[in-house]
Formats: sequence, structure tokens, C-alpha cells
Amino acid sequence: MIQSLFASPKSQRPKPEPVRTRGAGPAVSGGHDAKMVCREVNVFYEDFHALKDVTIDVNNREVLALMGPSGCGKSTFLRCLNRMNDTVDGARITGDVLLEGKDIYDPNIDPVLIRSRIGMVAQAPNPFPKSIYDNVAFGPRLHGLFDRKSDLDELVEKSLRRAGLWEEVKDILDHSGTGLSGGQQQRLCIARAIANGPDVLLMDEPVSALDPVAAGVIEKLITELAERYAIVIITHSLEQAHRIADRTAFFYLGELVEAGATEEIFTNPKDKRTKHFIEGMFG
Amino acid sequence: MTSKHHAQEDVFTSDRFQRSVKRRRGAERRLKVFGGTAIAVATGLLLILFVSISAQGYTAFTQTQLSVPIDLRAEELRVAAPELDAALRNVNFRKLVREGLESRLGAAEDRRGRREMMALLTPSAGYFIQQQVRANPDWIGTVRDVWLPASDDIDIIKKGFAPRDVPEEQRLITDRQLAWVERMEAGGFMEGRFNSMFFFGNDSREPEIAGIFGAAVGSILMLMVTLVVSLPLGVAAAVYLEEFAPKNWWTEFIDVNIRNLAAVPSIVFGLLALAVFIRLFGIPRSTPLAGGLALSLLTLPTIIIAARAAIAAVPPSLREGALELGASKLQTVTQVVLPSAMPGILTGTIISMAEALGETAPLLMIGMVAFMVDTPAGILDPAAPLPVQIYTWSTSPERAFAEKTAAAIMVLLVLLVFMNSLAIYLRNRFQHKW
Amino acid sequence: MPVSLTLAVIFALTAIGFLSGLRRAWSIGQGSRRDLHSLPVYHGWWVALCTLLPAVILILMAVIIKYPLIDALVWADLPDSYTEGRNRAVTLSRIDAVAAGIETRQAVTAEEQAAADRMLGLHNLFDWIMGLAAIGLSLLLGVYANARIHKDFRARNSSERIFLGLLVACSVVAILTTIGIVFSLATEALLFFSVVTPQDFFFGLDWSPQNAIREDQNVAEGAFGFVPLFTGSLIIAGIAMLVAAPVGLLSAIYMVEFAHPNIRATAKPVIEILAGVPTVVYGFFAAVTVAPIIKTFGESMGLTVSSESALAAGMVMGIMIIPFVSSLSDDVISSVPYRLRDAALSLGATEGETILKVVLPAALPGLLSAMVLAISRALGETMIVVMAAGLAANLTANPLESVTTITVQITTVLTGDQPFDSPTTLSAFALGLALFLVTLVLNIIGLRVMEVYQERYD
Repeated sequence: MIQSLFASPKSQRPKPEPVRTRGAGPAVSGGHDAKMVCREVNVFYEDFHALKDVTIDVNNREVLALMGPSGCGKSTFLRCLNRMNDTVDGARITGDVLLEGKDIYDPNIDPVLIRSRIGMVAQAPNPFPKSIYDNVAFGPRLHGLFDRKSDLDELVEKSLRRAGLWEEVKDILDHSGTGLSGGQQQRLCIARAIANGPDVLLMDEPVSALDPVAAGVIEKLITELAERYAIVIITHSLEQAHRIADRTAFFYLGELVEAGATEEIFTNPKDKRTKHFIEGMFG
Repeated sequence: MTSKHHAQEDVFTSDRFQRSVKRRRGAERRLKVFGGTAIAVATGLLLILFVSISAQGYTAFTQTQLSVPIDLRAEELRVAAPELDAALRNVNFRKLVREGLESRLGAAEDRRGRREMMALLTPSAGYFIQQQVRANPDWIGTVRDVWLPASDDIDIIKKGFAPRDVPEEQRLITDRQLAWVERMEAGGFMEGRFNSMFFFGNDSREPEIAGIFGAAVGSILMLMVTLVVSLPLGVAAAVYLEEFAPKNWWTEFIDVNIRNLAAVPSIVFGLLALAVFIRLFGIPRSTPLAGGLALSLLTLPTIIIAARAAIAAVPPSLREGALELGASKLQTVTQVVLPSAMPGILTGTIISMAEALGETAPLLMIGMVAFMVDTPAGILDPAAPLPVQIYTWSTSPERAFAEKTAAAIMVLLVLLVFMNSLAIYLRNRFQHKW
Repeated sequence: MPVSLTLAVIFALTAIGFLSGLRRAWSIGQGSRRDLHSLPVYHGWWVALCTLLPAVILILMAVIIKYPLIDALVWADLPDSYTEGRNRAVTLSRIDAVAAGIETRQAVTAEEQAAADRMLGLHNLFDWIMGLAAIGLSLLLGVYANARIHKDFRARNSSERIFLGLLVACSVVAILTTIGIVFSLATEALLFFSVVTPQDFFFGLDWSPQNAIREDQNVAEGAFGFVPLFTGSLIIAGIAMLVAAPVGLLSAIYMVEFAHPNIRATAKPVIEILAGVPTVVYGFFAAVTVAPIIKTFGESMGLTVSSESALAAGMVMGIMIIPFVSSLSDDVISSVPYRLRDAALSLGATEGETILKVVLPAALPGLLSAMVLAISRALGETMIVVMAAGLAANLTANPLESVTTITVQITTVLTGDQPFDSPTTLSAFALGLALFLVTLVLNIIGLRVMEVYQERYD
């Protein structure tokens, strides 16, 4: 049982060696291939200190799982990475978040451009009440990512193919996206995010609202997508983290307690809070 | 691949992205400006409404009055209380008023002059004195300076709504009258004083003594009928629909009916009231009873909808608690659910009563436009409620009624704003109870 | 015996019944309530309800049949020489008017006077019979209910059943109102259509009822054409929507999406209060302030503007409807789920794009139904047009001219000194029926679409 849980489907892929930065802190970097770099990120909602000094890297072609009890700051951190916290009244962010070495909180850069590079998939599927085609074409149309209609068609098809949905919907592209099944809707949302041509995909418990079969399909898709994008995923399931995540970061009360290769974290947690959490989950 | 190429441009440095984002933010700013402008326009228009009405109405709260000495030393008035009424009827108070005026202004040389002099005052001046003496018998045997309402023309001239310095034929009053007015003003015998007649008087053909008291009483009587009929009916219907009714097509049908009724034009309710209450049931026209019943039908849907929402908001745990203690369903409803839902029901009721207070059209259908000099004493007396009074005054040709209309509107608006604010306060106060 | 006296007696009996039921229950329980099945107060209720309800129902039924019954008796009693060739309803309402002492256009004949006297006598007799019967029923049932009280009597269950029945009856009032509207409008409208043909009414292009009441004129000469009134209503409602729809919708968008929560918390109640400003106030504003301004402004540009222009009435009606549109739209826009906004923002849409490309399309059905409801309200609005629009029917599309509306004509017809029996008076009911049907259709569409829309995002 334990064996199968720990068998990561991606164990063949070469894994970058964990590198310790900042003394005895958590292993924040997966190597030299960092897509995003976060340094001492703090988030305040009004007076509430929601995220404390988080320092971690997000690597290219890698799945980073964020874990921890509810309210520990995982979602807050995720929303820092594409500046979605900007839409919350009273939110304040300090520290550095760099995308390919450039500050995404640079006042000269509009957050909408950041969000076009960093896609996000929500917990519950949230397709627009528009046709499947229009759902996928939404981002490219906003950002003007095509010159001709045929380019857009191509982009929609490519995105749907990457999201593993093309074969199922290619004949019903003009049907409403809300008419699809839950799993299909979630893949549509992934396709919609991919269509922007992002570097990073952020996913907030993307399968928690789905049935086990649909969840399995999405999980498999995530592993495939990781060959192309950097993926940050929040999950509550240790099994899922095991199956798909190269690295795992454990959050507790707004702090990043520990981060490192998934197997390392699970078999040999350094911090006792991580240990308690993992043991608690295993019963 | 073109699209691929575009997406891979560096958003931090690409001019194309920067330019497009500038354009998109511009569009957003325009939307925001449109929205803000819309709010400004809406508020501005309503502000203009209130300001223009207040500007027209505030002058009605003062009334030009003339101080006239009245000689009450006549022998026939020196009688004891029982005969006083008869004696008061016999005295020519008009003559006393005229003599008083002449003592201020000097005798008028001819009949026309006397008429013009008397036209400085309201035609009811004699009656006015008679009423005052009846109320203050100790005036008898003295000479008193009494403030009497000026006629509407004088009032308009004094308030400056009509010009003084124009040739006589273009002026509301004659040269002679103007000279008298100036003498009275100079002597301090003519001034704008608080217009108590407006608040405590009834309707009149003479704008200078017309008041809203009778109309207000009519409105109150009518609202009482409305409240007595529609509140119990509405709450009972809401209780049934929320607590007892099975979920079937019949209940659904009632529900659809109620929501449609809430959107039926009020004038249709007036026609219904005319056909059913007046013609079929023979309820007398123009009465607060007829008006109140018509408004009950009008307010019923609002009250039912509000009461249902309030009842539905009572948490099921309260009901379950009562039922577990052995209360019957009906006891639970009357002793647990209704008291908890009361603030919500009250809010809805106040709002619907405010709506009823301002309603005019259906009342015109059932003859509540009648000219009423007497204060209605009961729900079977003819009455003209406040909004109807506003309507009839607004259609009066006399210039002086325009300011009365606006002033009556101000009173009505104050009442309505008070009622609505009370409702909103109640709602906010009790909203987060659970 | 007048109805009020009858009711007073019955209420007194009810109070006595309540007390006697209470006392009887106490005395059976010998001062203790343990032996009784129900609390004494329920026995009191039981007796009171038995005393009150059947008697009140009897009175209501009697009041409903009273006029038709007496009308039938009076009509049957009229000599054939008089009834020959006369319309029954018109004749009877004339006799009714004579009995009530209302002035009529024609001199009262001896037959009519006799019939009117008989009508009054019958009314009096009917009231007495009804009053005595109701009081008798009340007494009888009160005594019976009192006698039924014993130790094991389930007074609570019985009175609760009656209460529940009462609740059902109250909920039926809404349906009765609708039936009452349709029935009363239809009856009088049919009477009207016996004088003026429906074709002439619904397709007639000329409305001039005042001319048609003169003795020497044929009333059916096409003077009751509905078309110019309906177009008048449509023009004014259309102008109102041109003002209210953009302003109301845009303010709702601003309020929901851009306004600071504090502003929103203040502005919402203010809008609610504004929605409560009576229409007679707007009517005064339109007639006294706006119409002269529009007239002066138009004439300064060389246009001919009526002092009762459709534009003035329509614009002020638009102002009146702004709060209605904006608060409905506010509800609709707020009910678009947050996850859709988040999705759009996370794809890199600006807030403006989120609103225009996601929120508004998603809210479209709800917004459309809000507009439909607003149009229905504008069509049925009365006081503004009565005070600021014209009286003369005018088939025109020029908003600077004076037009009249359905509601204006209903009001004019019924507040004039027309006798009850004239086709002019009856035409008000035909107009009312037409207005009711038009607004009913709009309301049903609007409410239905709104309901489906709200279910979608529940």
C-alpha cells in the first residue's frame, strides 16, 4: 500500500538537486531552473498577517504541491503569484516575486499582463456561460494573441488538445461550456488557461469538486502538462501530492514550514509540524 | 505559429503589450466614468427635483398677514354663554373688519374703494374673527389688534412673485391697493408670519386659508383601514404559504399570482375597487373605507412577499426546538416563528404603508377628489387624502395654490422619508440577529 | 339593520362566546386543567370561532348576492312598456343612480322613480333579513359550540383546524383579487362592447369620447379608437426607458463593480427612499418645472413644442423609473457568481473587460427582464401623465407634440361628471382591461425570465 502510494509516475524524469539557500531554512529552490522566485513574501489583509516571510522557488517543468491545514496561507500564496490578491480590498504585499528574474509587482507592469503569463485554475470548474470555443478564445481575444481567425481556430484546437478535451468536444464547439460534465468543465478551464500561452499554471485543488474518475483524468493531465509548464498546485491529498508532485511545500499558520522533494518531505520531515500533519493524514 | 509567437513575447518589455494594455485600461476608465456620470446624473436630477419643489414650497410656510384693530365693544355681544352663539351670528364681523381697516388706512372714498380695501384681506376675514371671538370670549368689550390673512393677490405681491413696479393694468392689484400695502408695510402692520392655517386648516377655495389638516386626517384614516385589512390578511397568507402549504401546482399558482399582482398598475386596482367595492358592495364613494380597501388590495402583495421572506429567514433550528418541546405546528408558528419574523414583517409593512400613503391614481377612480371643507370624522365621511389634495391643488388656476402644492409635497415627502428610513433602520438593526 | 350594527352585535357575541367557553372549560376541569384534553383558552377560541366565522361568511355571501338579486327583482317588476328595447345593465345602473340621488342627464320618469323607491325598500328589507339571520346563526352556533365542551373534547385540534382554514382563505385572497380584476373589468368592458364594436375600439384611430355623448350623436361613430392612446402610452414609456435604462444600468454597474463598499452602503438605502417618492410629486415636477424648460429650450431652437409635450412627461417618468431599474439591475448583476469574475480576472481581463465580456453577458436575461418590468411599470403609470401629458388623442410619433395615454383617459373619464351608464364611463373599463392584459403579459414574461435566471446561479 505504502509502496504504491510512494511510486511517483514521474520518477524517471531527472530531478534537480535541492539547494539550500538562506541558511537552515526550508529547501526553497529546486535548482538552477527557477521560473519564479519568491523572497520574503508577506501578505496582510487589513491587520491580519496572512503570509509570513515566504521564500521559495517555482521551477520549470516541475509540479510544486502546496500542503497544509485549511487557512494556512496556501491559497493566499497562490494568489500572490499572479497578483490576484490585488483584487482583494485591503490586501497588502511585501517582498519580491520574480518571474524569469523580473519583478511582477513592478509598478510599471500592469497585472493583467502578469496574469496572461501565469494561468490559474480554480477549485470548482468555472466555465463562462459561453460556447466552448469562446471560453477557450477568451484570453487570446483579450490579449490579441492572433492575427487571423484561422490562427485563433488553431490556438483553440491546440489548447483543447493539450487539455485532453479536443476529441470529446471538437463537434460541439458552439455548445455552452456550462453544459459539459464536471470533469470536462475543469479540463475546459485548463484549456482556457493554456490558450494564453502561460509559463506557469496555478491550480487551487483542481480535482476536489470532481468524482474520482474525472479526478484521475485531470491528475494524469497535470503530469503531462508538467513537461511544458511550471505547475503550482494546492492539494489536500497526500496521495495526490505523491502521485504528481516533484516537490512539496508545507504551510502552517501563514508560514512556509518546510519544502523539498516530495519523497523527502513525506518520509523524512525535518519539522515536527510537518510530521504531525503527515501522520495525522495517515491516521 | 503566429499565436505562439505573440504569446511568447516578453510582457515586461513588449511595446505591443504595453500599448494594448494602455488601450484596454482606457476602455475600462471610460466605463467607470460612464457609471460615475450615470450616478451623478441620477442624483443630480433628483436633487433638482427636491430643490425645485422646496424652492417653490418654502414660501407657503409663511403667510402675509395684516394687523387690523377690531372693536368688540358692541352692546349685543355682552351676553352670557348660552346666547353668545346667536349673538355672534347676528354681528356683522365683516363690517367690524372694514372699520378696522379704515381706521388704519382712512375711509375709502367710494364703494369701489371699499371693495378694493376689503380685497386686501381674505374674503373669510369676518368668519375668521367670529371664530376667534368664539374661542376667546374675553376679547368681548375690548379693541384688539388681530392678525388677519391677506388675500392671495396681496400675498403674492408681498412675496415678490408678481411685480409691483409695472403699470396698473399689468399688476395683480390696483394703484390704490398698492399704496395701502406700502402704508401698512411702513407702519409694521403687514408682515409674513408663520402660516398655521396651512397645517391646521382644511381645504378651501381661497388659497390663503387653505390647509392640509383635513387631507392629512383623511390619509391617516385611510391608512388605518389599509393596515387593519392588509396586515392580518398578508401575514396569514404568508404563514400559510411558508409554513403549511404543500409544494404543489396550487401553491405555485398562488405564488405566481401574488408576484404578478405586485406589478399590476395601481390604476387597475382603482377600477377594481370602483366596480366591486362601490358598485357591487355599495360602499359610499369618496370615503376612507373605500380608499383603504382599495389600497389594501394594492399593498397586500408587498406585505405577503415581505412577510414570507421574513418567515423564511427564521432558522429551522428554532422551529425544531419548539416542536421537540411538544408544541403543535400552529403554536410553533404563533409563538416562535412569528415573533422572530416580526422585525422583517414590520419593515415590509412600513414600506408598503409608505407606498399606500403616496398612492393617488386608484383614489381618483373611487371619487376621492371631492372638495372637502370639513375634517373627516370617521371612515364613512368623505375625504380627500394628502396626495389627492396635492393633485387637486396642482390643477387649481390660482397662482397662490402653486406654492401650497409644493409645500404639501414637502410635508408628504418628509413623512415618507421618515417612514422609509424607519423601515431601513429596523431592517439593518435586526438583520444580523442570527 | 345596517351592516355595521350587525357586525358590532356579532363581535360582541364572539367576545361573550370566548369568555363562556373559557368558563365552561374551567368549571368542567374544576379549576384544574390537568383533566382537560386541551387548555381552557382553546375552548374559548373554539366557541368564539364558531360564533364569529359562519356569521361573517354569511354576511359576505349576502353582500355579494345582494345587488344582483335586488337588480333582478327590480328589473322583473318594471313594466314591459318601459323595458322594451333597453339595455338591462344600463337601465339598472340608471335606476341605481336615481335611488342614490345622483344627477343624471335625462329627467327622471315616474317609472324610474317608482323602481328606485322599490330598490331602496328592497335594500332595507334585505339588510334586516341578513342582519337577523347572521345574528341568529351566530347565537345558535355559539350555544352549540358551548354545549359540545366536555372533558375529552379536543378543542385545540378543532380550533387549530379552523385557524388553518382561515390561513388558507387568506392566501386565496390573492387569487380572488386577480379573478376580481379580470371579472369586473371584463363585465363592464363587455357592456361597453355592446355599444362600441371591438373592431372600432381596437383598431380605431380616433379617440374623442367627449363629442360622442351629445344626444344627437351616434356614440358608435368611431370615437372610441384605442390606437392613439396606446401609441401615446408607448411613446412616453419609450422616452422614459431611453432615460432610465442607460442611467439605471450604468449606475448599477458602477455601484456593484466600482463603488467603495461604504458608498454602496449609503447609496442603496438612498435609492430605496427615492423609489418611494410618490408619482404625484413627479407629476408636479413634470408639469411645473420640466415642461416649461423643454418648451423654452425647444422654442429657442426654432421648434414647435407643446406645453404638454410627450418629452416632458416621458423624461420625468424616466427619472421616476431610474431607481427601479437600478435596484433591479443591481440585484441581477450582484447575483452573477464571483467565481466567474475571478476566472476572467485570472485570465488577464481588466475589471472593465470582466464586466463587459463576462458579467453583463451572464446577467443579460436578468437585465432584459428588469427592463421588461420597467416598461410595464411605465405603461401603467398614471399621475405623471395625468398631470403633464395631454388630454387630446393625437396619433403622432413626434415627442414634442402632446399625446394622451391609456391611463390619462381612464382617469379623465372616471373623474369627469359622466353618468355611470354612459359608454364613455364604460370605455374606462375597456381601457383598463387592455392595460391590464398588456402589463400582465409583460409582467409574466419579466418575472418568468428573472426566475429562470436566478435559479441558474443558485
